[in-house]
Formats: sequence, structure tokens, C-alpha cells
Amino acid sequence: MQRSKSMADALDLSCFVRRSADGAASMDFALEGVDCAACIDDIEGGLKPEPGVVSARLNVASRRLSVAWRPEVTGAEKIAARLAALGYRAHPFDLHRLEAEDVAQTKWLIRCLAVASFSMMNVMLLSVSVWSGAVTDIMPETRDFFHWLSALLVMPAAAYAGQPFFRSALAGLRARKLNMDVPISLGVCLAIGMSLYETLHSAEHAYFDSAIMLLVFLLLGRTLDQMMRVKMRAAAANIAALKGDFANRVEANGDVRIVPVAALACGDTVLVRPGDRVPADAEIVAGASDVDESVITGETLRRPAAQGDRVWAGSLNGAGALTLRVTAAGAATLIDEVKRLVEQASEAKSRYRRLADRAAAIYSPMVHLAALLTIAGWLLVGASVHFALITAISVLIITCPCALALAVPAVQIVATGSLFRSGVYLNASDAIERIAEINHVVFDKTGTLTLPQPQVANLGEVDADLRAIAGRLALSSRHPLAATLACALGAQHPMDDAREIAGAGVEATVDGQTARLGAASFCGVADARESAADVSLIFMRVGARTATFEVRQALREDARAVVDALRARGVTVSILSGDRPEAVAPVALALGVADWRGGVKPDEKIAAIAALAAAGRKTLMIGDGLNDAPALAGAHASMSPIDAVDIARAKADALFLGERLQPVLIAFDVSRKARALMRQNLWLAVVYNAFAVPLAVAGYVTPLIAAAAMSGSSILVTLNALRARAPSPVAAPDDGESLVLRAAVRPVPGAAS
Amino acid sequence: MNVLVYLIPLALALGVTWLFLFLWSLRAGQYEDMEGAAWRILSDEDVTR
Repeated sequence: MQRSKSMADALDLSCFVRRSADGAASMDFALEGVDCAACIDDIEGGLKPEPGVVSARLNVASRRLSVAWRPEVTGAEKIAARLAALGYRAHPFDLHRLEAEDVAQTKWLIRCLAVASFSMMNVMLLSVSVWSGAVTDIMPETRDFFHWLSALLVMPAAAYAGQPFFRSALAGLRARKLNMDVPISLGVCLAIGMSLYETLHSAEHAYFDSAIMLLVFLLLGRTLDQMMRVKMRAAAANIAALKGDFANRVEANGDVRIVPVAALACGDTVLVRPGDRVPADAEIVAGASDVDESVITGETLRRPAAQGDRVWAGSLNGAGALTLRVTAAGAATLIDEVKRLVEQASEAKSRYRRLADRAAAIYSPMVHLAALLTIAGWLLVGASVHFALITAISVLIITCPCALALAVPAVQIVATGSLFRSGVYLNASDAIERIAEINHVVFDKTGTLTLPQPQVANLGEVDADLRAIAGRLALSSRHPLAATLACALGAQHPMDDAREIAGAGVEATVDGQTARLGAASFCGVADARESAADVSLIFMRVGARTATFEVRQALREDARAVVDALRARGVTVSILSGDRPEAVAPVALALGVADWRGGVKPDEKIAAIAALAAAGRKTLMIGDGLNDAPALAGAHASMSPIDAVDIARAKADALFLGERLQPVLIAFDVSRKARALMRQNLWLAVVYNAFAVPLAVAGYVTPLIAAAAMSGSSILVTLNALRARAPSPVAAPDDGESLVLRAAVRPVPGAAS
Repeated sequence: MNVLVYLIPLALALGVTWLFLFLWSLRAGQYEDMEGAAWRILSDEDVTR
């Protein structure tokens, strides 16, 4: 952030710094503005000559910079200042443990995939020779040699690369559930075991290639799925870092230091200036102000707060400066009541069973039953035990759910990628399936249907010269409403002699006349206007001329279009807001939503959603506030704008970027299409089995047929899954980057404006 | 067909070599920034004058 020099000196980033064993310190930054090859040279080349910098490495794909330095020579604050001087906004970045685990998991999957593919390619080379030798004439010794080589290649490879499946199958069995990995593991192990037995006895057929091919296909699906998820997590984490807020902490000696909110601890004293956000749940020690708690409760009317009152993280401070003592910091920042409701609601939702798991629960017993019946049948008609066993195992191999296990993940990967490009990040892995099922949407009002920042509604009604003066006056004030006005008027230069009168407004002298901006009484304007409930008025007077600005929560520009489009798709829409009913009414009217309620408390939101569920409605909850968190956790599916409060972001199944609601519609459409394709793919797998199983039961499945059938069906479902790509969405962003920047940044408290 | 006895192990040995090279490059983090690698090739930073 562009702080003035004195600010940078007081900045304290120590909570992000890591120490390595050799005494070097290192830290990660998320960077803005990296968009060309020259940036690498600019940043790395600009940092390396700095005294004490050991290394600087920019990762262009993730827009992150890792810097290491000697702590005795330089410090994190100097490096941040140097980056700012180079022209890049650097945000301290804390690599979350969860993300690190995800990356490690991806690497492990890629290693498994590499080992399995190496083994498969070489085994196929041998197998194709054996198959072609079967129709010409291959010497039994050569065939045995090839089989032994295959065994040598496949057994260690399968033992290593099969671990993701074996572990998950064991975990499933321990929980007394048949997941898709159980038949996979069983099929692979039996195929290898039987082939080994056959090879020992110099038999004609061995199924090593089938076993390893199965692993390769499935690993491919899983690895791609995982990589997509990691990419999405990283993008979301960057946005969180870009938004990372700072707080003015008062040290024991009375100095004020700017620290990242993450560094705050319980009991710290924090200074909150007018117009800043409250960094953590806290109690007011000194000062009085009015706070905007719309992020917490949805209520847009300001609440007066004075010494002894509690304020919540995320609230916007009004006109007065406050000194606070932090009562809960970081993850603990949550009202107890909301926390309890969120936990209850999350518990209820974890009972959702995924499509693939439901399919597996039917499929696995059927396959195993078919194998048993095959043994029994062949023994009854008098075949040898060996033949009956071999045939039964070949049934298990051919039904090994290659296509079935790919049917859902393949669609998921394509749909997730398509959503990612449209600015929708999925949090939950089963979000697509659940969003596809919804038939009712509940919107929160404040920050969801409306933009998070209020807008000035009547700019056109005020004369241009008054507008210019108002903009400059507003820029001199720290009041949040004034900030909105200054932003809307595009003011650049504050008045030199402007004085702010707390609780009243700003005053300055323009062309010998006194110009005032602020409350009605301060400007001497009679508040004649019939003010609507959701409008705040700013008055101004220059000499004898007066003007009034209406600041109101503006609807997102495509809110009406999205609501109409949802209705056209047979989805009913309602609004549940924590704001006053008189503020909700005009929004509901503008959107044509008849079913709305205002003044709803968090537990009432949950109750309303439970009532909808009891009436057979599957609800998609869209909200951004702390008061929405329990409802987000409890609804069938949920979405949040990316600038929602932390707890809402964590509980929502999907996040969307940007100032439009369009992504909600895209998410719904893509999910529906994806779900249809998932079902289609599952049916394809069923049809495949309808042909393959009778062949296997009859004992006609040679390794060649098994290989052809399995790869054929896998390719078929994968190709079908590609249809889940959304046709390049209308007006959707081409790339996350521009949106990321737009959605990201909220000014740092104390930033030079 | 005696030639198979040493040619096939030879082919496998080559294959194993590539596998280990891949695993090494994965461990060395060469796939962590695919975009940056494409840009870095244009950089003259490593040219000493």
C-alpha cells in the first residue's frame, strides 16, 4: 500500500516473518500489478542489490514473491517500502497450512501418476507384443518372459501409485461405507494376484496391463481435480491477502504502530479513526462515535457507540475516533451466538451424500454379487474351480469402475474450470451438485443485492460548480459518507483550509464565501425533503446556495436481470434481510420480489430456511454478513461475494467476484448442466457394463478385450464431460486478474489519501 | 530372440532414468511457476558484461 514514509517506518510485519535455521529471515508477499516479463526483472532486480537481501523469487503464476534476508541488516518493513517504491503493491502473505497441505497432496498425486504412467507405457509395449503374438505365434518362453517383466514393472508401481485408492478404501471400510475406491482397490489387487498366479503357471493370459491402466486413468482424473482446486484456493488466498486489513495498535509506551490485523492479540489497545473499519471484536475504552454495523447485522442505520460498548470486527466507524481494547482476535472474532448457530447448521449439512457415493453404494454390492454368482454358476455347470475363479475375477476387472469413477470427477473438473474463468470460486467440492439441485434462492440485501459501498443517487440534480466544491470538501473529511461522496465526484484535491467539526461537518472558505458540508443544522438547511428510509442525506451550503446529496445503498446493476432470469428458470426468489423493513421494501419493490422480510435475526434466518426445506424447497442462500453465516452454513447451497466477512466466506460453498450478480446465474447454469452430464456419464457407464458383464460372465474376456473396453469407456465419459464447458459467458470476465484487482482493495487505515 | 534379453532391460533402464529425472525436477520445484519460466527466458539478467 502506498503509505507515506513515516507510516512505513511504524509498520510492523513481524508476525509474517519466518526464521530459517541459518538465521536468515523470509517472508511471502502477494503482489498486485504483475503483468509482463519486465516485472520479473523490475522486482527481483530491484530487490537483490538492497543490502541484506539474500534472495528474491517471483512466482508469476501465483503472483507471489518470496524474499529472504539477513535480519541483522534489513527488515520486512524496509523490503515492503522498497517494493512500494518500485511501484508494486505488496501485501504480506501468510501461506496457510491448509494450502501447504493441498500443494503437498498434489505433488504426491503427480508422483503416483508419473510412476503409474511409466509402468503402464512399458507394460503396454510388452502386452501389445503378447497380443499380436497370440494371433501369429509367440514362443511360450518369450510370453512368460514378457509376463514376468510386466509383473516386475506393475507390482511395485501399483503398490506405490495405488496408495491414494487403498487408503481411501480402508478409511471407507472402517467407517462401514462402500465408497468407489473399494471396488477399485479390490479389482486392482485381484487382477494383479490372479495374473501373478497365472504367470507362475505359464498360462496364456495375464491382466497386469488392465490393473495399471485403471490406476493411470483414475489418477489422471484425481490429479486434475486436485490441481484445479489448488489453483482456486491460491487465487482466493491472494484476494484475502490483498484485502488484508491493518490496525493502529497502541504500544505500551503510547506509540502507535500499524500492524496487520492477524498480529492483533486479545488485550491489545487499538485506535480506530473516523471512517476506518473496526479490526477485531473489542470493547470501547475511550471515545464515542456512531458505527455502521451493516456487515454484521445487515442494519444500515448507524448505532451510537460509547465507552463500555462492544463493537464487532468489520463494523465501519463513523465520525468519532475510538480507542478499543481487543476482546477477540483472528479466528476467534465471532459473536458467540452466531458461532453456535453456524456449528449446528454445518453439522446438519454434512449429511449430504454425493452423487458418486450414492452410485457407489448401489454399484459395489452389485458387482461383488455378480462375481459370486459367476463362480457359483460355473461350478454348478461343472467347470473347474480354477476356471470359475478366473472368470469371476475377470468380471471384477471389467466392472472395475473406471468409467464410473471418472464419470463424476471429469465433469467436475471441466465445470470448475469454466466457473473459475467466470469469476466463481468453489469452496466445497460438492458445491456443483448441490447448487444444481436448488429451486429457491434467498438473497440477503445489504452487500449482496446492493453494492457493499453506498452510492450517491442524485448527482445530476446538483450544479456542476457546487459538485466540484462538495467533492473537495468531502475529501477533507474522514466521515464514511463523505468518503462515498468524494469518490462519486472523483475529487482529487482536498481544500487547504478545511476544518472538520466533529459530528457536524466540514467548513472551508471558497472565493471569500463560507462553504459547509455536513448535517442539515450545520449547513442551516431546513430538512424539508421527505427522506426515504434507506437514504442518508448530506447537505451543503455555499453562500446563499444550498444543495442536498442523497446517499443510498445502490442495487447491483444487474440485480433485476438476474432475479428475472432465475424466475424464468423456475426458481423462486425471496429476500431475508437483517435491515429495517422500511429499508428492505424499496429493494424488494425494485426487484419485483413479493416474498421479503426485514429485521430478521440470524436464528430467524436459519428457521426460515429450515421452514423452506420442510416445504420441500432446496435453498441457495446468498449473503455476505456475519448475520448470514449460519444461514449460509445451513442452506442446501450457499454463495457469497468475495468481499464478504471472513466467516461468511469460509462457510459459503462458492464465492463470486466483481460488482455484478451475473456469476450467480452462471454458477447455477453451469452446475445444472454439469449435473445433467454427470448423470449422463453414469448412465453411459451402466450401458457399458450391460455389454461387458455378460461377456465376462461367459468367460470371453481376454486381457485385450479388457484393455479395449476399459480405455474405450473412460475416453467416452471424458469426452462427454468436456461438454460441461460453458459457452463463453456473456459479459463475464476473460480472466480473474482484472476482477481480482477490482474486488480486492480496501484502503489501509492511516493510508495517505 | 536372445536379443530381447538385454535390449528390453536396456529400454527399461532408460525409462527408469527419465522417470527419476522427472521426479527430481518435480521435487526441485520446476513446475511451480510455468508462466514465469516462459517469461524468464527473455530476461537478460544472467548475462554478465
